[in-house]
Amino acid sequence: MLLNQFLLLSAVLFSIGVYGVVVRKNGVLVLMSIELILNAVNINLIAFSTFWGLGGQVFALFVIAVAAAEVGVGLAIVLLIYRNRRSVDIDTLDELKG
Amino acid sequence: MWFFTHVWIIPALMVLSFLLILLFGKKMPKKGSEIGIFFIGIALVMSIATAVNWWSWSSGGPEVTSKAAEAAALSEVQPKCSKVATEERLEAAEQGEKGKAQGKSVAAAAASSAEKGGEPEIATRPVVRCLSWFETGNDRMTIGTLVDGQSVLMLVVVTIISLLVHVFSTDYVGGDRRYTHYFAFLSLFTASMLFFVLGQSTLQLIIGWELVGVCSFALIGHWWEEKPNTDAALKAFLTNRVGDVGLLVGMTVLYFAADRSFSVLDINILANEGEIRHVVLLVAACCLITAVMSKSGQFILHTWLPDAMAGPTPVSALIHAATMVVAGIYLVARLYPVFFEGLSIAGSSVNLLAVVGAVTALFGALLAFVQKDIKKVLAYSTVSQLGFMVTSLGVGAWTAAMFHLFTHAFFKACLFLGAGSLSHACHHSFNMVDDMGGLRKVMPKTFWTYLIATGALAGVFPLSGFWSKDEILSGTGSFPGTEGANGTYHLMLVMLLLAAFCTAAYMTRTIWYAFYGEFRGHGHPHESGPRITVPLIILATLGAVAGVANLPKSLQVVDVPGAWATRFEKFVEPVGLYFPAISHAGFNLTLAVVSVVVGLAGIGTSYLYFWKGSFRWAQGLSSRNKLAAAGKRVLENKYYFDWLYTDVITGFVKGPLANATNWFNQHVVDGIVNGVGRGAVGTGQWVYKNVDQKVVDGTVNGIGAGAGATGGVLRHLQSGRVQQYAALFFVAAAVLTGVFVVAIG
Repeated sequence: MLLNQFLLLSAVLFSIGVYGVVVRKNGVLVLMSIELILNAVNINLIAFSTFWGLGGQVFALFVIAVAAAEVGVGLAIVLLIYRNRRSVDIDTLDELKG
Repeated sequence: MWFFTHVWIIPALMVLSFLLILLFGKKMPKKGSEIGIFFIGIALVMSIATAVNWWSWSSGGPEVTSKAAEAAALSEVQPKCSKVATEERLEAAEQGEKGKAQGKSVAAAAASSAEKGGEPEIATRPVVRCLSWFETGNDRMTIGTLVDGQSVLMLVVVTIISLLVHVFSTDYVGGDRRYTHYFAFLSLFTASMLFFVLGQSTLQLIIGWELVGVCSFALIGHWWEEKPNTDAALKAFLTNRVGDVGLLVGMTVLYFAADRSFSVLDINILANEGEIRHVVLLVAACCLITAVMSKSGQFILHTWLPDAMAGPTPVSALIHAATMVVAGIYLVARLYPVFFEGLSIAGSSVNLLAVVGAVTALFGALLAFVQKDIKKVLAYSTVSQLGFMVTSLGVGAWTAAMFHLFTHAFFKACLFLGAGSLSHACHHSFNMVDDMGGLRKVMPKTFWTYLIATGALAGVFPLSGFWSKDEILSGTGSFPGTEGANGTYHLMLVMLLLAAFCTAAYMTRTIWYAFYGEFRGHGHPHESGPRITVPLIILATLGAVAGVANLPKSLQVVDVPGAWATRFEKFVEPVGLYFPAISHAGFNLTLAVVSVVVGLAGIGTSYLYFWKGSFRWAQGLSSRNKLAAAGKRVLENKYYFDWLYTDVITGFVKGPLANATNWFNQHVVDGIVNGVGRGAVGTGQWVYKNVDQKVVDGTVNGIGAGAGATGGVLRHLQSGRVQQYAALFFVAAAVLTGVFVVAIG
């Protein structure tokens, strides 16, 4: 079935994204991995929308818009971190340690 | 009739006077005395108006007055004032009274019409008005006024004496440093007594009783700079407290006996109708007799009364003539059914009240012989005369007691004020043996008034004391040929006759010392001013003629016109439901002659002893004869009652009893307290070691350690590495999804 392939693609994309978020040390790359996760979700939404109406596509558009905003904020944070520390290695950012 | 319902204004006026004198007295030109005199004057006028109204009301009777409807409304007793004095009951009783009167007149028509003077027998009702004071549960306490012959009589007596005492005081205490306060307390004293005599409930009687006690305390101790005066005031107050215990217990007993009612009417009616058990009445009567003993100076609580002479003389006159000491007599008279039924006065020949009175009358009179202080003589004379009144109440001669109270008020006030006048002339000394003598010439007005009052006190015909004393003597019913008495009290008659003899003798003695012989003081005595002599003259006149207020019906040799005879019996004595059916002893010519002879014998004996120097063998007898010396010593030590009270009783309380109590306190009570303390300390230590240290602290530490260990494990999660958090987040999401799928699927 067509849906299966889409769901598989989406699952693969999601897994790659999760891997990137958990493993990569570069802050920018972590942000990009998050984009991958979001896009995996978008694929899911659009794939399901072919069966259950256009709501999924509309929702995907919203997700894209919110993702753009999120990347904007995220890149700004990364930029500021870089300015302060001359590095974007998030392993060194353990200020939240309890 | 307005006066009956507004009689409360009279004590209220005196309270107002008290407040005004306290607040503005010092700024007034005469330092407040004019306020007191003004208000007591109004009170006197109102009292007399009330008495005149009562007179006309009782003569006509409610049903024949022109204002019959108004009178009927007045005579209704409101249900809130009395539970049992209902209209039906009152009317039934009145019908009964009339029936009795008619029955009597049928039986002996001629005698009855002579007796009654052709007047119909009317049961004059008391006028009762009251306010609810407060309510507790179902019990309502009322405060109000009870107007009947008895209270009207007292209103008049109190206000007359009080007014004259006020006038007398302006001169006598003139220039005193606490002049204003003196008058303020005179007003309060009068107000308390008026409040007391108008009392509608026994609560009110108690309050009035105590107020009178407080005021007397303040006035006896008026010159408190000197220790004996404060001691005397304290003694008066404390001795009265002893009796007050009896008063409170007696009143409480009566309250419960009368079906939870404080109303005087309720108590009297129930006691009178035999609805209260005899034993209860007996207990109540005995308790109240204790109160009377203290307030009216009866043996054995009379000791405060002579000491109360420490107060200013006008106060002594007020205390002993009209207010304080007659409160006890008034109380017995007011609750007479309680005593009459409780002590079974009718048909008896001895009872507690009569014995107390007769003993007081005789032994008080004996004490007066050895006093040097003229006021102390008068004080013991008062004790003795109060004994006469109490005896009279004890033998059932209620009317005679009130009559004697009435006449005694005038002549005794006159004597006290006379003594005050004497001391005013003799540098404020009351010692008649050392500082007086021969004052007859220089103080004629004081002398003559004093002489008349002495005659009245000694019972010389036809002065007022003769009539009242004779009525008491015949009231004992013991003298052969006396008719109509309530019982036959032989012992009382003998003791009273002896007391009458002594009275005449010791009063003659005071006259000898004060007015005859050589002047033994220093300086030049002078007659007192008009503000002192005018009250004396008024009182002496009243003391001389007051006897006509209650002449007997027949003097056996001549008949008294009906309009003049037995006025007290008609107007003062209550008739009806709330008063026992007492009978009245008739006049007995032989007894009258005997009592006059006894009085004259007393006067004669003293006259022969002092003026003529007879009875040489008796002069200085006490220094030669051991028995006489012992007797004199007993008298001089006042029968050792003071010694008994201060040394024996107080000494026992202060010495052995206090020591024993102290030992008990130190050893037993303290031992128990210390033991309990030590036990508590031991328990505390055990609890500290075992419970606090081990259980409580263990728990707390355990919880702390557990929390620390948990934290040690969990702190590794808080690495601060964002990616680790993200990994955990995703793992958790995956697990939850798995659970979700399994659960849903």
